[in-house]
Amino acid sequence: MGLIEKHGAIERNASFLLIGSLLVVSIGGIVEIAPLFYLENTIEKVEGMRPYTPLELAGRDIYIREGCYTCHSQMIRPFRDEVERFGQYSLAAESMYDHPFQWGSKRTGPDLARVGDRYSSAWHVQHLTDPRSVVPESVMPSYGFLARAKLDTDLTSQSLQANAAVGVPYSEEMIDNALADLMAQADPELDASGLESRYNNVRIEDYDGNPRELTEMDALVAYLQMLGTLVDFSTYEPEANYR
Amino acid sequence: MKNIGGTLVVGLGTFITVLLAAFAQDSAFRLHMSVVALVLGIATIYMLRQVRFGPVPEEDESGYMDGPIRVGSILTMFWGIVGFTVGVFIASQMAWPQLNFEPFLTFGRVRPLHTSAVVFAFGGTALITTSMYVVQRTSRARLFGGSLAWFVMWGYQLFIVMAATGYLLGITQSREYAEPEWYVDIWLTIVWVAYLVLFMGTLMKRKEPHIYVANWFYLAFIVTIAMLHVVNNLAMPVSFLGSKSYSLFAGVQDALTQWWYGHNAVGFFLTAGFLGMMYYFLPKQAERPVYSYRLSIIHFWALIFLYIWAGPHHLLYTALPDWAQTLGMVFSIMLWMPSWGGMINGLMTLSGAWDKMRSDPIIRMMVISVAFYGMSTFEGPVMSIKAVNGLSHYTDWTIGHVHSGALGWVGMISFGALYFMVPRLWNRSGLYSQRMVNWHFWLATLGIVVYAAVMWVSGITQGLMWREYDSQGFLVYSFAETVAAMKPYYVLRVLGGTLYLIGGLIMAYNLTMTILGHKRDERPIPGNIAANVQPAE
Repeated sequence: MGLIEKHGAIERNASFLLIGSLLVVSIGGIVEIAPLFYLENTIEKVEGMRPYTPLELAGRDIYIREGCYTCHSQMIRPFRDEVERFGQYSLAAESMYDHPFQWGSKRTGPDLARVGDRYSSAWHVQHLTDPRSVVPESVMPSYGFLARAKLDTDLTSQSLQANAAVGVPYSEEMIDNALADLMAQADPELDASGLESRYNNVRIEDYDGNPRELTEMDALVAYLQMLGTLVDFSTYEPEANYR
Repeated sequence: MKNIGGTLVVGLGTFITVLLAAFAQDSAFRLHMSVVALVLGIATIYMLRQVRFGPVPEEDESGYMDGPIRVGSILTMFWGIVGFTVGVFIASQMAWPQLNFEPFLTFGRVRPLHTSAVVFAFGGTALITTSMYVVQRTSRARLFGGSLAWFVMWGYQLFIVMAATGYLLGITQSREYAEPEWYVDIWLTIVWVAYLVLFMGTLMKRKEPHIYVANWFYLAFIVTIAMLHVVNNLAMPVSFLGSKSYSLFAGVQDALTQWWYGHNAVGFFLTAGFLGMMYYFLPKQAERPVYSYRLSIIHFWALIFLYIWAGPHHLLYTALPDWAQTLGMVFSIMLWMPSWGGMINGLMTLSGAWDKMRSDPIIRMMVISVAFYGMSTFEGPVMSIKAVNGLSHYTDWTIGHVHSGALGWVGMISFGALYFMVPRLWNRSGLYSQRMVNWHFWLATLGIVVYAAVMWVSGITQGLMWREYDSQGFLVYSFAETVAAMKPYYVLRVLGGTLYLIGGLIMAYNLTMTILGHKRDERPIPGNIAANVQPAE
């Protein structure tokens, strides 16, 4: 067989083999991934999406740090049972500002894509502190230390800046006021007009129920309480977004 | 003078990490750099003690360079035990959640430690070690670049230590199998480029006209992992003196980039690399040539071409556009063929030597490994069919699938390679004990069977419970009820993992005694010729 004999040339030249392999393994990725960056219909047109507030972003960083994604997905598939259990199936648009994405791959615990506004913040604090006190069947670790850990805000505006650098539309104003906005979202006593003018649909609350201190629990619960609440589905047309 | 250069480099590394710890902008980075500085400091002190001034006898550089391979063999063994132990621990956490100890030892932080310890520490060290062994012997050339091999071996170990300690401190990018943060990624890139230079350099100076097939697979593994690692870890650090970074990509693009990486970490790290291992050690142990040269050519190119496309099967029914999902599914099913090409080539190599299955426990180990490879590369395509994936995704079925590949294929072929290499590397007439290899074989096999079977049952049970409706059209089970139903399976899984771990401990004992030069007084296995195996050539 001719072709097989020609292969001898590759077997005798390490550079051919290296370059040949690299070419062959490049093709699949280029064909599948590259179009996602410029095909217009990859991300649906929706109303309501905005970047995370500084407090939500800090909470998201904690969610990532604790490896919540190892047991919780944030991607509701378009099945009858999932939509009835967790809510409207997830859209690509809903994670357009997620660096990195948190879709997850395993559901040891339930999907969290729309957990926002489903439970009270007090429930979340209780559940995170002692999961089996509210869900006896749960196998979740307890995260009581979050309520005792002071939230580190040294890098708040730098975090927004790094996100802006990779394409999240944080304005100069948002970056400059990051720390004030973060404080205002966790303390209803503070003036929140600036925060509300910069971010639509913001929930303001003393999330951990401890007004004396701004803790990691505040940030994590703030993040959980906004999950899946941004897109206005009354204006969303699924037929226009088939792809 | 001897060992001066290396000592200076490690000493400088210690100094730099101390500075980074001092000027760190967040507490996690400070802690992490302090840990790394401590490790490097201990290494510096150790190396200083090895420095010799004055004339030293010229080292014999005519033969193969086996020093790093000996170290790598011991480290492979060590990381294997660590990875399996952590696995049993997190399996226990799922059965008994009281075993979570916040903040450092919660499931969310320890799970990446387990996956990385097995895939990168155990598997990666096994790959680097065996590739150094194989490339020298099939090229009849000494490793290229003098001390470069030592840099690759220890540089990679430093990567493992940084990754592992980082996870427990909560330093993670949350990208599965690519969790280490930006600075650890940069270090791995440096080590990996050195590895590529080492491997290519050795191939370049080979004295054999042909590049042996095992080396094609090793080379494809090295170069593809380089590509995947660099692209998937593109990120913007919050501060160059801090641990946190944000991925360059967002949402749907980020998801596909990650699973393009993730699936090919399986395809090239856990498959192509280990096929290289199979193509050398299986024919050697069986003393038979590879079954088909043509098949190896076809399945090599088909495998590396098709694997890259299969990533989207991790994202079926998600918000990824349908065209990409379908493409991923179709290529995953096609991938079945080249995968079985490798299995057939491996198994048929035993043609005319099947009797060795009865008498040689090392052959038995390698054969079951290839059998598990065949089984999981059939299961994989089945699970990537959209209708099946709708049930299996998000459940333990995936976990079971991964483990039949990792414990069955990757683990067993690595054990076989270790049993082959260790007596030869230390010039022993044979292993300490053949019968202990047999014990290891049966404990490990039984462990995998228990593990995989239990995960099938739990995965399919949970998938079906999630979608069960009653006659009135209501969901039958709450989510919490489906969690409670998993309890007996999670307990049984701990049992399966423990059996596998015990097998690993027996191997560690057996190999240690072999290295120390002991021979167990035991009844020989009937018909076994491996007992009087020749020492290294």
